[in-house]
Amino acid sequence: MRKAVIIGVGAVPVGEHWRTSLRDMAVEALLNAMEDAGVDRVDSLYVGNMASGSFIEQENLGALIADFAGLGNIPAVKIEAACASGGAAVQEGVKAVMSGLEDVVAVIGVEKMTDAWATDATRYLGYAADGEYELFHGASFVALNALVMRYYMKEYGYTEEDLAHFSVNAHANGAKNPYAMFKRPIKLETVLKSPYIADPIKLFDASPVCDGAAAVIITTEEKAREFVDKAKMVEVAGIGRAIDTINLANREDLLTLKAAKVAAERAYKMAGITVKDIDLFEIHDAFTIMAALSLEAIGAAEKGKGAQLAVEGQIAIDGDYPIQTLGGLKSRGHPVGATGVYQTIEAVWQLREEAPNQVPDPEVALTQNIGGTGSNITINILRRV
Amino acid sequence: MGRPMQVARYWRHFKEKYRMVGTKCKECGEIYFPPRQVCPKCGSREMEDVQLSGKGKVLSWTIVRNPPSGFEYFRPYPLALIELEEGPIVLAQLTDVDENQIDFGMEVEMVTRKIREFEGDGLILYGYKFRPPIKP
Amino acid sequence: MGKLLKPNKEVGIVGYGAYVPMYRIKAEEIGRVWGVNSFPIQEKSVNNLDEDAITIGIEAARNALKRAQIDPKEIRALWFGTESKPYAVKPSATVIAEAIGATPDLDAADFEFACKAGTEALQASIGFVGSGMAKYAMAIGADTSQGRPGDHLEFTASAGGAAYIVGEKDSETLAYFEGSYSYVTDTPDFWRRQHEHYPRHGNRFTGEPAYFHQIISAAKGLMEELNYSPSDFDYAVFHQPNVKFPLTVAKILGIPKEKVLPGLLSGIIGNTYSGATLVGISAVLDIAKPGDRILWVSFGSGAGSDAFSLVVQDAIEEKRDLAPKTMDYVNRKKYIDYALYAKHRSKYIL
Repeated sequence: MRKAVIIGVGAVPVGEHWRTSLRDMAVEALLNAMEDAGVDRVDSLYVGNMASGSFIEQENLGALIADFAGLGNIPAVKIEAACASGGAAVQEGVKAVMSGLEDVVAVIGVEKMTDAWATDATRYLGYAADGEYELFHGASFVALNALVMRYYMKEYGYTEEDLAHFSVNAHANGAKNPYAMFKRPIKLETVLKSPYIADPIKLFDASPVCDGAAAVIITTEEKAREFVDKAKMVEVAGIGRAIDTINLANREDLLTLKAAKVAAERAYKMAGITVKDIDLFEIHDAFTIMAALSLEAIGAAEKGKGAQLAVEGQIAIDGDYPIQTLGGLKSRGHPVGATGVYQTIEAVWQLREEAPNQVPDPEVALTQNIGGTGSNITINILRRV
Repeated sequence: MGRPMQVARYWRHFKEKYRMVGTKCKECGEIYFPPRQVCPKCGSREMEDVQLSGKGKVLSWTIVRNPPSGFEYFRPYPLALIELEEGPIVLAQLTDVDENQIDFGMEVEMVTRKIREFEGDGLILYGYKFRPPIKP
Repeated sequence: MGKLLKPNKEVGIVGYGAYVPMYRIKAEEIGRVWGVNSFPIQEKSVNNLDEDAITIGIEAARNALKRAQIDPKEIRALWFGTESKPYAVKPSATVIAEAIGATPDLDAADFEFACKAGTEALQASIGFVGSGMAKYAMAIGADTSQGRPGDHLEFTASAGGAAYIVGEKDSETLAYFEGSYSYVTDTPDFWRRQHEHYPRHGNRFTGEPAYFHQIISAAKGLMEELNYSPSDFDYAVFHQPNVKFPLTVAKILGIPKEKVLPGLLSGIIGNTYSGATLVGISAVLDIAKPGDRILWVSFGSGAGSDAFSLVVQDAIEEKRDLAPKTMDYVNRKKYIDYALYAKHRSKYIL
């Protein structure tokens, strides 16, 4: 199979884009990526999006975005895997290139959440859970994560303060990212004094509702040379994806992200690496508890020790396991279906060594994107060419 | 508020919502809630309805303070994972309970309550919730 | 033929169950809001936000089934008396029947006769089983009663209910009916028009010509037909819109207070309307001895009364502990203030 190489990235800053529509954000991000890659046409477009039908009453995003970006009669589809839609779309683009079916593909992740009323947005996010057996009973996504967080704290003896370190780290890093929604450092007290939204999850344990669009251009190694210098090339060396029970209550183990574990094993095997080879981790910290469980599932920490990494400061930019190097979902923001692509471009910036908050001399980066309460997870391994 | 969908969308689930009917695998005996057509454990497609006792223990809980649309009037409300006597874990609201009374392992029993209502002229949806048991 | 209602076959109660919501508001708290300082009762029950007459009926019905220990599929009728129907049109009884697993081989309907809808359902059940048409029939009375804010009914209108499974008399019967009697006149003492939130009533007119006349006529009519005098009864339960009215009835009939008090719960749970005498009787059945005879007279505005004579049998001793007792519910309580009460009663517009 051919190698898939990212040669261009582009995005709009994450935030509340009151003046900009989904199509305009998407076109801007896409054109930025094409400009970065030096391409003026692509063979196809993959759109990662979770819930545009609910948020803005618009489906068929493939046609909408490709049309308004002036891409002509190319194939363009939306890929949906709840909050992991972005990560999944990147994988579809990679698969198209590796298979030899398409040479230059664009992948965009986009979500416009702020056009919906707040309680409706909460409802739409709930559509990623088991609609009949979770949302029906009044479960919000925050609430489902809160059930896991409380259980985790009890099982391993962690406090709310222990988990709060994830948010502090995310903000410390995001403060330097011009594309981040919250560009300011916070203190532990900020997290601890924030109001409960679903106990024990507080406002500052959770990622925000926001808008965003991020895009990447993927091609073969050979073709990449036609467009960019080697320094700009980043290989997608491994991809892994797996599902788990849609219903949180039906999990084999509430505190194991089995889908992440399986996806990581697949991605590591494909890339021929182990977790020790990874220099930075863009994981899915939609809630602090998910950061802890993710670190455990991907093998960076033993079971029950994920939060310990945060407490010990090992997740900092200069630690052994730097995570959320440009803010993660908490500080950069979590425009749900776009998140996986933001993670991808942040990993690319790091590997190109052009990140505003640079990890020293990285070779390999991991991005992990979670859909549902862990029911659909993608893991991608990116490597310098 | 989430607009009500066609009645059938809710109606077809009344049985399992009102009185917690799950499924049991005829091959390996595993019990599931919600009902399933295929046993994820042994792969059998021979499943039968089973009436659950509705008795269980709280495994974890939260207090929903920012509910999804449709649940605004009920806020705040406790939501829990309950481990049923028969094995399956179920997600449901707790009712008739003080926030500070809820604890890990707290015994609960199933009751049928209003889950939500649609406007003044819409459908009323009933379903299972759990509360501390009333000892006979 | 006499006036007594007595079916061909002897019938009785094979299972009963009550339910009272756990929330209470003190009368003085309601009085604080409206500037009133004398009260007809001490406190009343209030439904939780997620409770209505149907959910109350479901729990009462489940308790009745626990005591009857019968297969719900053997119930051929489920009749539900209420004046707080969650749906104005669409039976509540079908929800309850589905929830207890009694569907589909049964008749189900809602009864309305102000506060006597529950005993009306019971009269029908006695006839249905007593005629041999059905093995079992279930009668339920439950309400989350409406009282206009500030009206004196607001002090008493409460929530609760009870269910009774009627079957042919045998050794499993907890208590059997010796006969019943119904007394009805057209007396508009209290009503609620279609589409109205709250009922209207005739103030003091609701007393003598309505409540007292119907109840006393029904009680006397039944005793006359059965050749009993008040002293033949060990307990008496009268409709209880407050504490004073049923005690006055007892006094007029010459029944000592202590025979009435065990089934007189309105002082601490309020008036559960269609559930009122059904809940009161359930509290008596929780403590009665085999052989005890109970006088049961309901009242419904509009107006009329159903009177029953019930004799307790041995089976009560082993069956009463199979479900929570009425006092278990009465004693399970959490006080709320008027603001929360208003929330529970869906008074706020979001």
